[in-house]
Amino acid sequence: MSVITLNVNGAVHQVDVDPATPLLYILRNDIGLRGPRFGCGLGQCGACSVIIDGALVRSCQLPAAAATGAITTLEGLSQNGTLHPLQQAWIDEQVPQCGYCQNGQIMTAKALLDRNPSPTDAEIREGMQGALCRCMTYYRIHAAIKRVVAGQATGLAHEAVGTAAAAQEASV
Amino acid sequence: MSTHSEFPRFIEQALQGLNPSASRRQFLASSGALVLSLGASAVPGARVLAQAAAGPYPDPDFLQLDTWIVIHPDNSATFFVGKTDGGQGTGTAFRQMMCDELDMAYEQTRLVMGTTDTTPDQGGSGGSDAIETDGKPMRRVAAEARRVLLELAADRLQVPVAQLESSAGMVSVRGDATRAVRYADLVGGQRFNVTLSGNNVNATTGTAAVKPVQQLRVVGQSIQRYDIPPKVDGSLTFAVDVKLPGMLHARNVRPPVAGAVLRSVDESSLAGLPGVVRIVSRGNYLAVVCEREEQAIAAARQLKADWAAPAEAPFPPSEALFDFIRSAAPTSSEEPRVSGDPASAFASASRVLEAVYEVPFQGHTAIGPAFAVADPSDNQLTIYSNDMKSYGLRTGVAAFLGLPRDRVRVVYMDGPQVYGRTAADDAGFEAAFLAHELGRPVRVQWTRAEETAWDTKGPAYSFRLRGALDANGQPTALDYEARAVDYAHLGYNEPDTVLIAQLMGRRPARIAEGGAALPSVKYGIPNTRLSGHVVALPLVWETPLRTGNLRDPDGPQVTFAFEAFVDEMAAAARRDPAEFRLALVEASGEDSAFRRSRSLAVLRAAVEAYGDWETRPAPRAPSIGSVHSGRGIAYTFRSNTVVAVIADVEVNRDTGRVWVKRLVCAHDCGLAINPMGLRHTVECGMLHGLSRALYEEVQFDGEKVLSVDWESHPSLRHADTPERIDIVLVNGDPSPDRPDLPHYGAGETSHKPMIAAVANAIFDATGVRLRRAPFRPERVLEALRAART
Ligand code: FES
Ligand code: FES
Repeated sequence: MSVITLNVNGAVHQVDVDPATPLLYILRNDIGLRGPRFGCGLGQCGACSVIIDGALVRSCQLPAAAATGAITTLEGLSQNGTLHPLQQAWIDEQVPQCGYCQNGQIMTAKALLDRNPSPTDAEIREGMQGALCRCMTYYRIHAAIKRVVAGQATGLAHEAVGTAAAAQEASV
Repeated sequence: MSTHSEFPRFIEQALQGLNPSASRRQFLASSGALVLSLGASAVPGARVLAQAAAGPYPDPDFLQLDTWIVIHPDNSATFFVGKTDGGQGTGTAFRQMMCDELDMAYEQTRLVMGTTDTTPDQGGSGGSDAIETDGKPMRRVAAEARRVLLELAADRLQVPVAQLESSAGMVSVRGDATRAVRYADLVGGQRFNVTLSGNNVNATTGTAAVKPVQQLRVVGQSIQRYDIPPKVDGSLTFAVDVKLPGMLHARNVRPPVAGAVLRSVDESSLAGLPGVVRIVSRGNYLAVVCEREEQAIAAARQLKADWAAPAEAPFPPSEALFDFIRSAAPTSSEEPRVSGDPASAFASASRVLEAVYEVPFQGHTAIGPAFAVADPSDNQLTIYSNDMKSYGLRTGVAAFLGLPRDRVRVVYMDGPQVYGRTAADDAGFEAAFLAHELGRPVRVQWTRAEETAWDTKGPAYSFRLRGALDANGQPTALDYEARAVDYAHLGYNEPDTVLIAQLMGRRPARIAEGGAALPSVKYGIPNTRLSGHVVALPLVWETPLRTGNLRDPDGPQVTFAFEAFVDEMAAAARRDPAEFRLALVEASGEDSAFRRSRSLAVLRAAVEAYGDWETRPAPRAPSIGSVHSGRGIAYTFRSNTVVAVIADVEVNRDTGRVWVKRLVCAHDCGLAINPMGLRHTVECGMLHGLSRALYEEVQFDGEKVLSVDWESHPSLRHADTPERIDIVLVNGDPSPDRPDLPHYGAGETSHKPMIAAVANAIFDATGVRLRRAPFRPERVLEALRAART
């Protein structure tokens, strides 16, 4: 065990752990964060993604002692209670099903847009490829990213429906 | 949903507004709000959990209105329902249904789900029955609460009920808004004390009638899901996030080959490792329990154990699976269902088609491997889990450990997608067992390899189909024979069939026979013979090839064989595949729940939404170049929900890659409670089906599963996503004005026709019929090559 210092979402934490422990377990078990999640521990699904000094990192693969930069997690994206445009777009498009993978989706999208603020369709597919969703919310995610790219990440995506009868969009 | 971050705050506020009399506290405890408030607010920090959890945990009485609905002094309400939400938005839909009957605004309400001592036992989730079946008692109890409130208001305002109206939690005198009273002033912080009737939970009712569909106002709106903001900002406490004081971390150590027997464990192999608390072995179940999670991971890797491989191979390697299925003696066979005279129809046919279809084992492979936390404090047991059937977990664990039921409870919380996986909640039983053994809270977490190899599997199938066409290309007979590897199909949270029970050597008194499903669709083919057989692999217990319910358990397999074969008949008859199906549905006699007319409607709606559907037979005229495109249609129903799907594909002849470029779906599940939530469920269900069509397959050698991660078991990913998806909700029925338009389930139907639709599109594009799923590039290339020679 040894004391390591982590800078997470602007706060400094000191933890006394085996320095080889993957960052993911420290973030979850010692610092009490819930955004980064365990999906594979193999670097294959992206559920554990965090951003360190601007780069997308799979926290299940990084020894905690090597995490010397400024770590941002899903919890750190909103500023003074205002959601990050991606988070707002995720709500507008009602992206999640179970939600378990969505940390990886949002963090991967953030890294993508930070690198390339107006990706093409192909660049979105390519840039998001590492973030697996077993509920298959991909199409919604693409819509949400495009919404941010178009600068429309506010306002609700409600369908214009009123009563139950009106909601029955077509009848036989 | 009990643990969305808003919930504890809200309950605390509600508690502050209460009259702090002992009886009131007792009431909230019995109605669940008090117990839950302590439990839920304690989950992240876990300070007060121990007192709150002291138990015993009685079953909430579903015949008491107070069990379902609590009106708070601030004029908000909490609904308590015995369901779970795997992320399809059923929780939001339940609130909408109950708000409408109770006449409260959506924003005035909250919902608590699936926690065994807090919410009435509606069985949790499964079978897409949440909206169709369980929503009905919810509507009725809410209607009953409104009836009682109107009576109380009549008394208070000295006006007959007939002159009162209610909305947004207020009762007022019709035409005189100044004479009004809030629900909270009638019953806020007090019991309704109304006994309901009904001999099971689904039959629960008061004396009030539910509203006619035309009067529903909240139902039918695309209200945004309440669970999404906390899922997006990281504030939601998932069940994986539960931490308790003194909690230990466990990892299982699985047999290295299926059916291996544990001879000995070398405890000294962990000497010097920090944090090891206990090595637990019982029969062939082996686990390490440590103070910290990374210590448990290291210990599980390092532990040396001596396993004896079984004398007989547990199963054939996956390449030989289908030959095995076709040659094995069935463990059970269904009496064939025969209509008409298929033998003579085949004898007099002008053309007979014959084909064999194959679908391998497919796993759930949830994004998050199985996990659970169990807390044995105070001689009780509380399990924190995302078990979709939390009530069954409670009963199963009590039986497994020999504890009285009222000493066990399950707190349901969100988790990674379930789709049937947690109906047999292996990790829940393991955590309970280990916590009970060690007397400390234990968190069990499976690894990726463990989950992918050992989770429950959808049954593998081999089908043989024969079809007869007359001289006009009209189908006259169909012979369908299915063989499924499904012997000892897992039940729900049974104390003698969950994995830990099997590994400990327990065996059920009666082995589930399993089933080979028959197609549900009835086309107008006059002579049919439908039969099914179940076969068993050599190793029945303690095997990673355990079959269980995977989203629409047999539907994708059966619909693949059936709807692709119907497509073969259409192609042989040189008929347009949509028109061919329309004619077959038209000719079918059956029309229960207007299914025939609704089926015709979805088929027509899909073709119309597709746009320029050219009426022609498949395959299309051969094109030059590497990328060939084509379209495929498939139709099916599940229960009373009907669906038609059209897939546009691009097949790359050089790489074998299939890209489904566009999907069109026409869907009818009756009354849509939340059209947006419904659309998203339909869409994600289709893509999940697409993943099974293109990638998912469990591979194994003769002794173990080789699919252990996302490389050896690929899944659909971003790059595979269609560039366009059109969903048409054809919801209604031939008499859309009927006041009781039913609401059917939608969680599985759109998933069901996907393998078939993709296969049919590949045929249209290439003229090559793929009869073995999934359509991975190497298999597509092989089929294209074989067709050329
Ligand atoms: S958990 Fe780190 S990539 Fe899957
Ligand atoms: S939302 Fe469930 S895995 Fe992506």
